[in-house]
Amino acid sequence: MTTADISDDDVEKQFQVLDSEARSGGYHLNPDLEFTKKLVHGLLVNESRYGYPACPCRLSRSIKAEDLDIICPCNYRDPDLDQYGACYCALYVSDAILSKKKSLIPVPDRRPPRSERNSRKTIHTISSGSLSYPVWRCRVCGYLCAREEAPLVCPVCKAKKERFERFM
Amino acid sequence: MKMEHVDGRDAGKVVLFALSTCGWCGKTKGLLKELGIAFDFVYVDLLPPEEMDNAIATIEKYNPAGSFPTLLIDDKNVIIGFREEEIRGAFGK
Repeated sequence: MTTADISDDDVEKQFQVLDSEARSGGYHLNPDLEFTKKLVHGLLVNESRYGYPACPCRLSRSIKAEDLDIICPCNYRDPDLDQYGACYCALYVSDAILSKKKSLIPVPDRRPPRSERNSRKTIHTISSGSLSYPVWRCRVCGYLCAREEAPLVCPVCKAKKERFERFM
Repeated sequence: MKMEHVDGRDAGKVVLFALSTCGWCGKTKGLLKELGIAFDFVYVDLLPPEEMDNAIATIEKYNPAGSFPTLLIDDKNVIIGFREEEIRGAFGK
């Protein structure tokens, strides 16, 4: 699929998928449907360009290993929802925004600048000597599970296996 | 770097660095058009790799985070993100 081939129908279908996944995990898509569908179109464009749905409001260099943190839902969504009521691109919003108790404000980019990104720290792993299984943490939503390998898809936020890190 | 020009009232050198997929970049561009000022813009995500590197280097000079939209006025004032009041203020409206 090329960028030009993305139809309104494709956008609508992907919107429905994202909306249902968001609801099942306790998240909300932005109720401004026109704005939100433009972002969904941007995600489909990025998926066709790069092979993964990089954040539509961040610049991808088409190197997946360097972009794992900005594959939607990005690693910064949940802290941004807590602090600002929306993620960086505002595809996702908090309960307070949804119920109009708070209004949207511009969200500064929580992603470290390029110069600091290479030294991205890995989390401190607690020694697991006494545990029967390793514990895996979803970098997107913090979901933890104890099993031999991380799950293929996070049951809470639907992030893929590659977004998990060893926690214990 | 090839910029696209939008005609309007002269308000100095106004350059918008944007992404074609970004909702806030779209809103910023829309606001500049509504204000009726002349500006140049570039969709950095559509540039060939070498030009993209140059554009990023330019943006980072004014906005170390290298984020979008970055609005540059007269090569010195910078407004990062869709900050509607600030943008209106910068153009006296």
